[in-house]
Amino acid sequence: MTRDPLALAPLTVGVVLAMAVATYLTKAGGLWVLGRVDLPDRAERALDALPGAVVVSILAPAVVTADPPTWLAAGVVVIAARRTGRVLVALLFGVGAILLFRGVL
Amino acid sequence: MTAAPTDDAPDVQFGWTGLRDGYLRCVPVALGVAGYGVVFGVLAREAGLSVAEATLMSATVLAGAAQLIAVELWADPVPVATVVGTVLVVNLRYVLMGAALRPWFRRLSPRQAYASVFFTADENWALTMGELRSGSRQGAFLLGSGLAIWSFWVAATVVGATAGGVVGDPARYGLDFALTAVFLTIAVDLWEGPSTAVPWGTAAVVAVLTEALLPGRWYVLCGALAGALTVVIRRDA
Repeated sequence: MTRDPLALAPLTVGVVLAMAVATYLTKAGGLWVLGRVDLPDRAERALDALPGAVVVSILAPAVVTADPPTWLAAGVVVIAARRTGRVLVALLFGVGAILLFRGVL
Repeated sequence: MTAAPTDDAPDVQFGWTGLRDGYLRCVPVALGVAGYGVVFGVLAREAGLSVAEATLMSATVLAGAAQLIAVELWADPVPVATVVGTVLVVNLRYVLMGAALRPWFRRLSPRQAYASVFFTADENWALTMGELRSGSRQGAFLLGSGLAIWSFWVAATVVGATAGGVVGDPARYGLDFALTAVFLTIAVDLWEGPSTAVPWGTAAVVAVLTEALLPGRWYVLCGALAGALTVVIRRDA
C-alpha cells in the first residue's frame, strides 16, 4: 500500500472525529451524570466487564478459525504476558514465535 | 452554589504546580505508553491509514484499546457504525472513571474539569486517583499527567506510522500476528480470576456463532454485550 503519508481522506477524518466525540462523551459523562443518579451496582459491574468482553469477542473467531502456528504463538504470548506483564515483551515473543512455528510446521 | 466551610468536598486547587507535578510524575508511565503507541502506529498504517490519519486519531481520541480495536475493524469501505459503536462500548468504562473523580472535580470550574477529562487515560487516571486519595489537593494533576500521556502517545504514533510505511509485506515479519498478540496481552491484563470465566466464555461462544451467521463485524458487539449481560444476570441470582 503506497498512500501519501499526509493523506486525509474525508470519510476517514469523519470516522476518527466520530470516534473522538464518542470517547469524549464517555470521559465527560461520568463527571456529568453520575453525581446526579445512582448507578445500580450490577450496571457498574457490566460496564466494568465490557472491555474484556470486547477483546475476547474480537479474539475468539480470529483464533478459532486460525491455523496451528497461530494457536501455538497465541499460547506463547499469553505465557509471556503473564510472566512479564509487558505488552512489548509479549509482542516480541509472539512475533518471534509465529515466524518460528510457520517455518517449522 | 456557595461552598460552606462545613462542605465535605475537598478543597482542591488548580494551578501550575499540579500541572507540572502531574506531567513529571507521569513521564515514566508515558514512556511505556509510547512503546505501545509505536505499535499502534505500525498497525494503523498496515490497516491502510496514512500517517496523518493515524496521528489525528491518537490526538483526538486518546484511548489505546479503542484505537487498536478501530484499526482491527478497519476495512474498505469503513464499517462506520460498527467502528464507532464498538469504540463507544469499549470506552464505557471511562464513565465510571469520570464518576470517581467527581468528589474532587466539583470544586473546579466547569471549563477546568471538562478540559481535564479529555486527557483521561487508564494510566494517568490511576496515577491521579492515587494522588488525590493520598490527600493531595492538586486538581490540575489529571491534566498534567494526561498531557504527558498525550504528548508521548501522539509522538509515538507518528514514529510508528512512519516506520510502518516502509515495512513492505507485513506477513514476512510476522506483523500480521501483531494485533492478535496485542489483544491477547490486553486480555491477560484484564483477567480478574475465575469470576471472569463466565462473561468471557459467553462472549467467545456468542462471537464465534455470530461470526458464522452474520456478515460483517457484528460479532464484536454481540459477543461483548452477551458477555457483559451475564454479569448482570448473575447478580440477580
